[in-house]
Amino acid sequence: MTALLEVEDLHVEFRTRDGIARVLNGVGYHVDVGETVAVLGESGSGKSVTAQAVMGILDTPPAFVTRGSVRFHGEELLTASAERRRAVRGAGVAMIFQDALSALNPVFTVGFQIEEQLRTRRGMSRSEARARAIELLDLVRIPHARQRVREYPHQFSGGMRQRAMIAMSLALDPEVLIADEPTTALDVTVQAQIMDLLAEIQRERHMGLVLITHDLGVVAEVADRIVVMYAGRIVEQADALSLFRSPGHPYTEALMKSLPRLDAKGTVLDTIKGLPPSLLRIPPGCPFHPRCPRARDVCAVDVPAPVSLGLGRISACHFAEEVLHG
Amino acid sequence: MVKHAGPDPTPPDPSALLEVRHLVKHFPVTRGVLFRRAVGQVRAVDGVSFTLAAGETLGVVGESGCGKSTLAQVLMLLEPPTAGTAYFEGRSMFEMRGGALRALRRDMQIVLQDPYTSLNPRMTVGDIVGEPFEIHPEVAPKGSRAAKVRDLLDVVGLNPEHINRYPHQFSGGQRQRVGIARALALRPKVIVCDEPVSALDVSIQAQVMNLLRELQSEFGLAYVFIAHDLSVVRHLSDRVAVMYLGKIVEIGTEDEIYRHPTHPYTQALLSAVPVADPALRGQRDVIRLTGDVPSPIDPPSGCRFRTRCWKAQDLCAQREPELVDRGGHLSACHFAEQRSVVP
Repeated sequence: MTALLEVEDLHVEFRTRDGIARVLNGVGYHVDVGETVAVLGESGSGKSVTAQAVMGILDTPPAFVTRGSVRFHGEELLTASAERRRAVRGAGVAMIFQDALSALNPVFTVGFQIEEQLRTRRGMSRSEARARAIELLDLVRIPHARQRVREYPHQFSGGMRQRAMIAMSLALDPEVLIADEPTTALDVTVQAQIMDLLAEIQRERHMGLVLITHDLGVVAEVADRIVVMYAGRIVEQADALSLFRSPGHPYTEALMKSLPRLDAKGTVLDTIKGLPPSLLRIPPGCPFHPRCPRARDVCAVDVPAPVSLGLGRISACHFAEEVLHG
Repeated sequence: MVKHAGPDPTPPDPSALLEVRHLVKHFPVTRGVLFRRAVGQVRAVDGVSFTLAAGETLGVVGESGCGKSTLAQVLMLLEPPTAGTAYFEGRSMFEMRGGALRALRRDMQIVLQDPYTSLNPRMTVGDIVGEPFEIHPEVAPKGSRAAKVRDLLDVVGLNPEHINRYPHQFSGGQRQRVGIARALALRPKVIVCDEPVSALDVSIQAQVMNLLRELQSEFGLAYVFIAHDLSVVRHLSDRVAVMYLGKIVEIGTEDEIYRHPTHPYTQALLSAVPVADPALRGQRDVIRLTGDVPSPIDPPSGCRFRTRCWKAQDLCAQREPELVDRGGHLSACHFAEQRSVVP
């Protein structure tokens, strides 16, 4: 069975003045129909770059895809023609971004920006496109959509802008939606509204949803499967319940312990010593070994291969079984 | 500009290190270029009162635009208040001049949110951390400064050898440590922390939170800890104030606010925070607010939360609820009622 969207062994490097930054070093995951996959990682882990490579919106130079495969319904996208990629973008796989204010064009009305794709890609007339834009704004629960469609992004509040961007991404009925930190810039009560909206739309349309985030709380509430990234690699993949109950990689384990909890007043938090590595100089062996409390000699030498822990769980740690069982 | 309602009849609370009474900060909204005229007021802080004891942490939470950062600016005397009084060790802060003011500025320090913009990129960390001594030479005579700066870097967990490095040579978490070292230099009694960990990654955030906690017990510091992350605030605070549109809507001990909140806004805020436990999915008491926070230029009449509140009645539009004891701690809701929303 082919997955809806499949990323395999993806390598991306950024050729910079300071040297080659190996941003992705063999990333692979897949999304099925109606599934929510959360990609969890800290800044610099490569979670957004993976999404940009899938969408074909990496800036080259400095970014170069050096190896790997991105398949949509089994069709290879990385080697596809620019025309074919453009056809898939938006209609097959759409994306929403963290900062809606900079992702929207300030000199065009919100309506125009939604209508533009309907007119160029679907051949709709102005009035048809306007009607559809109003429907879409209604769908994402923007009040008074009929008036709002004529307004500019700066006239919208943060939450409304994010809704408008969701409306725009849904215009061509995509099968996969990639949401890159969709609620990070929003307040917590608005974040809850947007996450509910995304979940509802996804259910109704059986979309595949890739949710890129650093927030363990958001992940716990919506993800079916979780992909944990560190230094351009996937260190662990598991279903949400198992991952939170018993992490299979020391990084995931440490990340969870370092989180202050809403439901308890803590004393001293466990911390992860040191810093994430510079992508210009990723340490040999396991990239996490300098910070890992479980590291042994082998970790500094051999890159751990992903091992299966059963039930679709994968961990890239030499001692995965040991971590899993405490 | 500053209105003081004459001498306040009640004397300041002797047990409080810092006491704030009815603090107001309005910013004028102006129109026109040549003849600027005020067309309205942004009521950023609109009547805030609280006390802070020595060695205590008061958490201040609220969404963007609730006035929490303006509160920090006014407390640090970076912005003059529109009205209200504040006492530091029993003396009125806003009336201090000369030597008393200099001493006050030593006793109160601030740590800012963004470690990338709050450090001068052209100064070495040694100069940044040592700069407070230029202004207050009585704390450290010239010859001893370099040693003091090294000590401070060591205290916040930075390598003292790095005294001659520039901010860009440090990571975000390390820069925040530099900011903390600078705040500690003059041995203050209060540090106002304005979103000190929100720009940091999870694994780094925990390091900085632990550091703040250690420093508090070592130096007996009091913190006003401002943040939007309710988990972070719970972790560090003894008492918590919840702000909405320039007002404190509920204030109490950490335990009271998180386990027995009585104000609908606090309840909604707590219920909106995602909890990192997938087993609780669909089992939590979820309150979803509709709409956004109204504009602080023209806040709703009566209770400011009523436009988003599911309990609102006519009374809420007519009379503003006072912040008084309603079931164990202070809450500003006519219909205050306990509801536990945190699992």
